[in-house]
Amino acid sequence: MQPLTATRWRRVTDILFAAWLIARKDLSIEFRTRSAFFSAVVFALLGLVIFYYAWDPTAVTATDLAPGVLWVIFTFSGLLGLHRSFGVEMADHAIDGLLASPVSREAIFLGKAIANLIFVGAVQAIAIPALALFYNLPIGSVAGPLIAIAILAAIGLVAVGTLFSAMAVNTRLAELLLPMLALPFFVPIVIAAAQATAKLLSGRPVVEIGAWLKLLLAFDIVFVAACTLAYPFTVED
Amino acid sequence: MSSTISTGGSPSPIVEVAELAREFGSTRAVAGVTFSLAAGECLALFGPNGAGKTTLLRVLAGLLKPTSGSARVAGVQLPGGALARSRVGLISHHTMLYEALSPRENVTFSARLYGIRDARRRVEDSLRRMSMLERADAPIRSLSRGMQQRVSIARAMVHSPQLVLADEPYSGLDESGSRALTALLQELRSTGTAIIIVTHNLAEGLSLATHAAVMRRGQFVRYDAARSIDAGSYATTYRDALAASD
Repeated sequence: MQPLTATRWRRVTDILFAAWLIARKDLSIEFRTRSAFFSAVVFALLGLVIFYYAWDPTAVTATDLAPGVLWVIFTFSGLLGLHRSFGVEMADHAIDGLLASPVSREAIFLGKAIANLIFVGAVQAIAIPALALFYNLPIGSVAGPLIAIAILAAIGLVAVGTLFSAMAVNTRLAELLLPMLALPFFVPIVIAAAQATAKLLSGRPVVEIGAWLKLLLAFDIVFVAACTLAYPFTVED
Repeated sequence: MSSTISTGGSPSPIVEVAELAREFGSTRAVAGVTFSLAAGECLALFGPNGAGKTTLLRVLAGLLKPTSGSARVAGVQLPGGALARSRVGLISHHTMLYEALSPRENVTFSARLYGIRDARRRVEDSLRRMSMLERADAPIRSLSRGMQQRVSIARAMVHSPQLVLADEPYSGLDESGSRALTALLQELRSTGTAIIIVTHNLAEGLSLATHAAVMRRGQFVRYDAARSIDAGSYATTYRDALAASD
């Protein structure tokens, strides 16, 4: 592999700096309005409550049910934030200001994705303890691996979701189109994350989830790279 | 009709456009436009809705790729990526601002995107020039349309662009805002910034312009240098273009 030359390194740092500027701007806007975050948290908690009351503990154990509940909730609550990601750019055509700036398209995508990752992470930080509380799950001993699964899965979901959010935002049916486009791509990530979580919660040794973690990592690498490269085509012409 | 226009004699044009065309499917929004503009010159662009004025500006701003022809902005061939975009300031009737942020935050965000080192001072200067320092920390959504437009102009000027593309910049401005914008554009011209302004107001456009053009169906149907601009005859051409587009 070729070492990074000074020019390439400068380009990488420029992209990352611009991405952080954009992410920080998006998070500032979300912090001021809190509309998407509260919606996502309320959705996640309501989902937990509904599943809890629909659950028959004599038929299915908590450790069998919880992983599915957790990842269904993350998937759909995450979509709320992802939809808003490019929505804020459409009000009074702020996206034109962003695209007319010297910032690369890749930096815009990465900035949006970083903000979305922090958004999804914040929802997870509330939803996972809530899940443990509702289903009386002993997550303390597996917190580390569970956080690793959550982060790896979130990266994949956010990469795909951010790309499709950019594609859907200019359409009249954006709210409908985003889940229709993104959900099929979410499936492999959610399966891997749910399987790894199930093994973890059922007390299997951490080494047994290694294969699922590697799979999630592979999805992340492929999706982040592919989506970053594909994003410029969604905004050119 | 293909329009071929040159300001002539200018040593280093900021904008050089040759047979530029931009198509959307089968529609030719810009159909073979040619002109050049030197530092400190201003082209006022008139024409009915759908004439291709905004598309031309969007191509020059790097937001659209030309279908054919060539365009150079500040020495950079389009599409010229980040380098070309860094030399252009875009003002539109859309403010391009984030309504949850304040004017200071919006302009600072823009300054940082353009890699300005002394961003704080430049932001202050920019907001002061548009008389927005007093409301610099209020959320954009709490400002009037005219104030938002002033902030939008401050945002577009913060990186001292070599070319300003102004698409109906007077939209929403009151008399004081319009005067401030005209003064700012004149000052920019005097410091060597080239300007292309799209407006439906002939008087405003002609007061700033060194050159003027009427655009219809993607082409320049009339072009004049400032010394030969006759406002009355321009009004007639403009009305004809409007009538022809109906």
